[in-house]
Amino acid sequence: MKRKLVVIGAGMASGRMLEHLFEAEEQAFDVTLFGAEPRGNYNRIMLSPVLAGEKTFEEIVTHDAHWYAAHDVTCRFGETVTRIDRQSKVVFSKGGETPYDKLVIATGSAPFIIPVAGRDLPGVMAFRDLDDVNAMVAAAERPGARAVVIGGGLLGLEAAAALRARGMEVVVLHLMGHLMERQLDPAAGYLLQKELEGRGIKIHTKAQTKAILGEDRAEAVLLEDGTVYPADLVVMAVGIRPETRIAVDAGLDVERGIVVNDQMVSSDPDILAIGECVEHERICYGLVAPLYDMARVAARTLRGMPAAFRPVETATQLKVTGVNLYSAGDFADGEDREEIVLRDASAGIYKRLVLKDDRILGAVLYGDTADGAWFFDLLKKGTDVSQMRETLIFGQAYQGGGEADPMAAVAALPDDAEICGCNGVCKGKIVSTIREKGLTALDDVRAHTKASSSCGTCTGLVEQLMKLTLGDAYNPTTVQPMCGCTDLGHDDVRRLIRAKKLKTIPAVMQELEWKTSCGCAKCRPALNYYLVCDWPDEYADDYQSRFINERVHANIQKDGTYSVVPRMWGGVTSARELRAIADVVDKFNIPTVKVTGGQRIDMLGIRKEDLPAVWAELGKAGFVSGHAYAKGLRTVKTCVGSDWCRFGTQDSTGLGIRIEKFMWGSWTPAKVKMAVSGCPRNCAEATCKDVGVICVDSGFEIHFAGAAGLDIKGTEKLGLVTSEDEALEVIVALVQMYREQARYLERIYKWAKRVGYDEIRRQVLADKARRKEYFDRFVFSQKFAQVDPWSERVSGRDKHEFKPMAAIGFPQAAE
Amino acid sequence: MNDWVEIGRLDDIPRRGARCVETPLGRVAVFRTASDEVYAIEDRCPHRGGPLSQGIVHGAEVTCPLHNWVFSLETGLAQGADEGVVRTFALKREGERIFMDATTVLAMAAE
Ligand code: SRM
Ligand SMILES: Cc1cc2nc3c(=O)[nH]c(=O)nc-3n(C[C@H](O)[C@H](O)[C@H](O)COP(=O)(O)OP(=O)(O)OC[C@H]3O[C@@H](n4cnc5c(N)ncnc54)[C@H](O)[C@@H]3O)c2cc1C
Ligand code: SF4
Ligand code: FES
Repeated sequence: MKRKLVVIGAGMASGRMLEHLFEAEEQAFDVTLFGAEPRGNYNRIMLSPVLAGEKTFEEIVTHDAHWYAAHDVTCRFGETVTRIDRQSKVVFSKGGETPYDKLVIATGSAPFIIPVAGRDLPGVMAFRDLDDVNAMVAAAERPGARAVVIGGGLLGLEAAAALRARGMEVVVLHLMGHLMERQLDPAAGYLLQKELEGRGIKIHTKAQTKAILGEDRAEAVLLEDGTVYPADLVVMAVGIRPETRIAVDAGLDVERGIVVNDQMVSSDPDILAIGECVEHERICYGLVAPLYDMARVAARTLRGMPAAFRPVETATQLKVTGVNLYSAGDFADGEDREEIVLRDASAGIYKRLVLKDDRILGAVLYGDTADGAWFFDLLKKGTDVSQMRETLIFGQAYQGGGEADPMAAVAALPDDAEICGCNGVCKGKIVSTIREKGLTALDDVRAHTKASSSCGTCTGLVEQLMKLTLGDAYNPTTVQPMCGCTDLGHDDVRRLIRAKKLKTIPAVMQELEWKTSCGCAKCRPALNYYLVCDWPDEYADDYQSRFINERVHANIQKDGTYSVVPRMWGGVTSARELRAIADVVDKFNIPTVKVTGGQRIDMLGIRKEDLPAVWAELGKAGFVSGHAYAKGLRTVKTCVGSDWCRFGTQDSTGLGIRIEKFMWGSWTPAKVKMAVSGCPRNCAEATCKDVGVICVDSGFEIHFAGAAGLDIKGTEKLGLVTSEDEALEVIVALVQMYREQARYLERIYKWAKRVGYDEIRRQVLADKARRKEYFDRFVFSQKFAQVDPWSERVSGRDKHEFKPMAAIGFPQAAE
Repeated sequence: MNDWVEIGRLDDIPRRGARCVETPLGRVAVFRTASDEVYAIEDRCPHRGGPLSQGIVHGAEVTCPLHNWVFSLETGLAQGADEGVVRTFALKREGERIFMDATTVLAMAAE
């Protein structure tokens, strides 16, 4: 007599298992197949193309009525198994009791629904089965319908792309900083986001869903940051959980999934489990490849044949038409690991291999995935790749030498990309002039096009264009690269950020073909500054790319404590302020209080944990951060001026305070120090500052490019202006010009020497229109910069910075 | 024997950042890389005692905030021309949860 096999769940794993089972000559089992869905087995992964309208459901059915009949399978579709009785070996469903000799649980997994208010409203759904697809298709049919997809992983993005293809307005909310963070590194995540945005899908990263709003059905999604996205349809695609309820109730060994051994047998020898509901060696799988292995092993186990399931590497591919993306293995960074990165910005290609001991550990491919399978094969086999190390990244078909072209970024620029900002000269003009006039020397190009003839920061680019146009005949002077992560110098990077409108660090690294995946401590702070400077309204500051001082807004000391210098506008203080400082010093036992060389009061030796409380107290007295730690405006020193001094010609104190209040908070390439003296006796030492003002009877003498640190250098005279307003405008324009052109960490005096003092005078003093443009751009950027970082942190921002995460190993914690 | 003590969740640490754990040995810095690997090392630079947890994280390395020495988070070894090493501590991750082996911390403290 045949034994009774009952299978719970008609999904991808069980379908495959039955196929293997029926391969045998002789059939040992009578099979009953339960499925909660009112249909038989189908290819679940193809639901995405069905949703996109690229396939019909019929095309993805794997087993039809004919097949079940041919193999004598008793189909119980639309019947959920509610209980297993292991004693009497029966399963329960609405159709009654069904006895088994062997039982296979293949219940897959259940979508995870985030526990926010409104999650039960109609219009909120998961993406798991055909019913979900049908409901989404129906929702998309209404004209102007809007969808919010929560979750920017594989499933969420496939849903988003499909709904967009059906004409819906789609927003994707993703908790993490970049899409598909489990499978992709930030660089590939950036490319993917760019592609999807190009299709009109709005992507909101770092989005924390607070609630789903609506009366009778979902109407909108509310985020923690207050953003509201209207939605007729809300798709939750935030993850899955193994569906183990009946197994738990039956008393089987269940951790995250149903625990099985290598033979796919659960803690009950007559019960097997396969698919996503299973946990094998602490791993749960969510992709079909390993589940198919499980299916094969389970079929053999049922037939009494030896077989063993072993953990496998999985590879991921996003099924969105027109997007090529492949990721496999482990691509985390590690010191004993090497990476090979290939970026081709013009073709939108990014490839990264992670190697360890000459073997591939992981691969991320975007844009060109043709070699995905080949890399995956090398990975799985653990092939030694040292022989092909040099050319590995170019793929299987690649034969012989050839290197990534350092000029590709420039070559890919469109003709109308502006190369020289000072003189408004674009690429097309330069290239055509070189050709028409047969120019071969940089000076000639300068003379004919004006490009690179002013501040000179575009010289590198102009030279590259000459090289592109003239070939090997032209040998550009080599520029000092920013760091080991790129061949480009600071100036080229700055110009390309603007020309290509790059607005995030991953975007810069991709488009400018960085050689590392996440940069280093040299280039990241520089890029962060360039982006803050160029896109003040759009760029989201990358906190982790800042030096600790700028991250916690205090100055780290040799013993790991911090110093705090409040802003004391123009160096003027009052009894109330001094009292507040005295109180803080007493309250927090601050060991040292010192008057600084910049006319401020420094409190040194504060414990990091105390910083927020110290600031809260100082804030009450009206103090804001003095930015004594910043690559930004530091201090404006003043003297007592015409208010008190018998020689004072103008209100130097007032002007100093006015400048400081106008310019504080602005980030600059390096620190900026200023001073205003009331007469040429110069008690505020204005002639050794980045910018200094000497008041005279006839007005204000503006000085710049002084230094008194590592180098000592008297200032240069910029010029004389007659009013305070004009003095302010010129100073602001000068600083803005410096902000836009200097290299990171380059003080004004060094930048000015490189650019030429006359050029600066011409741009910010003589050319009033240009001066006004610089001034306006500075004022615009200040809208986003003048936020007191101390009060932000007192109110809770980045609070994790100031508290330890845990305390362990102390006697009381050992219990 | 390991004594795994839960110290927090992955989300507690910013990507390319660090948090500290207080132990009888002193502070231990727990790092999270861009690709979500976690590492724990002594929060004290062998050069002049800089708090490594405050440095800039790149790849599986950190640059000390005081004088820019670079350390591998995996091996604790100083990179490049500088010579030195910091202690590393075993961590274990179960999903989002992070565990540290308290026995090493105690054993070393008792040394
Ligand atoms: C506190 C102070 C010394 C004092 O007690 O008087 C000071 C302290 C430091 N200076 Fe200074 N400088 C101080 C006035 C100066 C001055 C004088 C001035 O501002 O009028 C100079 C010369 C002027 C100049 O900058 O050209 C000065 C030139 C430097 C330099 C050399 C910069 C250069 O480009 O040549 C450094 C190093 C650097 O920035 O890389 C430096 C760096 C430092 C640092 C930030 C070192 C560091 O990176 O940790 C010190 C921080 C200690 C702390 O936590 O507060 N400090 N430093 C002064 C704070 C002024 C203020 O109120 O903001
Ligand atoms: C839209 C989408 C796209 C995907 N794309 C990919 C991809 O590109 N690549 C990839 O590898 N994987 C992909 N996956 C994942 C893949 O589909 C799953 O890993 C696979 O289907 C799991 O197979 P399974 O048999 O374990 O579970 P399922 O296929 O989910 O089958 C389980 C079945 O059991 C039923 N069931 C549950 N409980 C009971 C019960 N008590 N009684 C009766 N029946 C029950 C369920 O209704 C379900 O029909 C995708 C998944 C989805 C939803
Ligand atoms: S001169 Fe400046 S940098 Fe040098 S020890 Fe004094 S405060 Fe520090
Ligand atoms: S203390 Fe770390 S580099 Fe000096």
